[in-house]
Amino acid sequence: MYKIAVMGGADTVLGFKALGLDTHPVSGDDEARRVFRKLANPEEKYAIIYMEERLSRVLAEEVAEFNDKTMPAVILIPGRDGSMGLGLTALHDAVIRAVGADIL
Amino acid sequence: MASKTISPTRMELTRLKTRLKTARRGHKLLKDKRDELMRQFLEIVRRNRDLRARVDEGLSGANRALSVASAIMSSDMLEQALLYPRQRVELDMTFRNIMSVNVPVYEFKTQAVDPSDIYPYGFAQTSGELDDAIAAMSGVFSDMFELAQVEKTMQLLADEIEKTRRRVNALEYVMIPDMEKNIKYISMKLEENDRSTKVRLMKVKDMVLEQAHGYN
Repeated sequence: MYKIAVMGGADTVLGFKALGLDTHPVSGDDEARRVFRKLANPEEKYAIIYMEERLSRVLAEEVAEFNDKTMPAVILIPGRDGSMGLGLTALHDAVIRAVGADIL
Repeated sequence: MASKTISPTRMELTRLKTRLKTARRGHKLLKDKRDELMRQFLEIVRRNRDLRARVDEGLSGANRALSVASAIMSSDMLEQALLYPRQRVELDMTFRNIMSVNVPVYEFKTQAVDPSDIYPYGFAQTSGELDDAIAAMSGVFSDMFELAQVEKTMQLLADEIEKTRRRVNALEYVMIPDMEKNIKYISMKLEENDRSTKVRLMKVKDMVLEQAHGYN
């Protein structure tokens, strides 16, 4: 059985708790990095990590490491401050990798 | 490749010819694989884009409602209200094979007593906006799972397409032309050897005839 994590600012992850997901509020870059490393460990059995898109700036390298792996899937979600449109970066990156140019 | 290092023998020629045949076949197969992967990939990209728009919109709505709720309620109250979730989510992961790429398929089960009763708090001390936020979130819930699945699939396919494309290009522009060049080199060399042997024989024949009978 696999688990699903949500990490982000305390007010962003709050609502997901009610849905029964494992929430990991983080504040500060170092804490975010540490929490992500812990969650991404395959032994933790997190299949999906929903991450507030604000954090993807800080954790870009760490996240890219898991792009080719089946587990975990790191999915960016908009934070409390509204969508920054970073969620589409994964899409554009994948298209550039596969096609060689951003055709979208 | 260095055509200088290969030995111009018939054995090498046969070996190269079989290798070329295999390479051509492999090239064709890989090219077909790449085309099919690309078709599936673009389909998934399109699906991803739709889901992303839906999830972004749904979550933004939920966040707006949550912001209002947190403005009305004190943060302690809000936290208390959401402290113990009513539902648990269990996720099962199986794999699907798309052109030899193993992509995850998520299956989730929610353990809620009643699907309409997901609110983990009493209504007396919480604001209605909180209900709206939770409802909006559980509304995009299944879309979020599908988004995760589709996005992971997209990433894995992109990786495989990149690899396959490199292989196709390496075969098409390096391996196959090299082998063709080498085959040409060997067959030319062999023909040249044939000719020089023939000329030598003719010369020897002339010399022998002249010695034996005195004519040329």
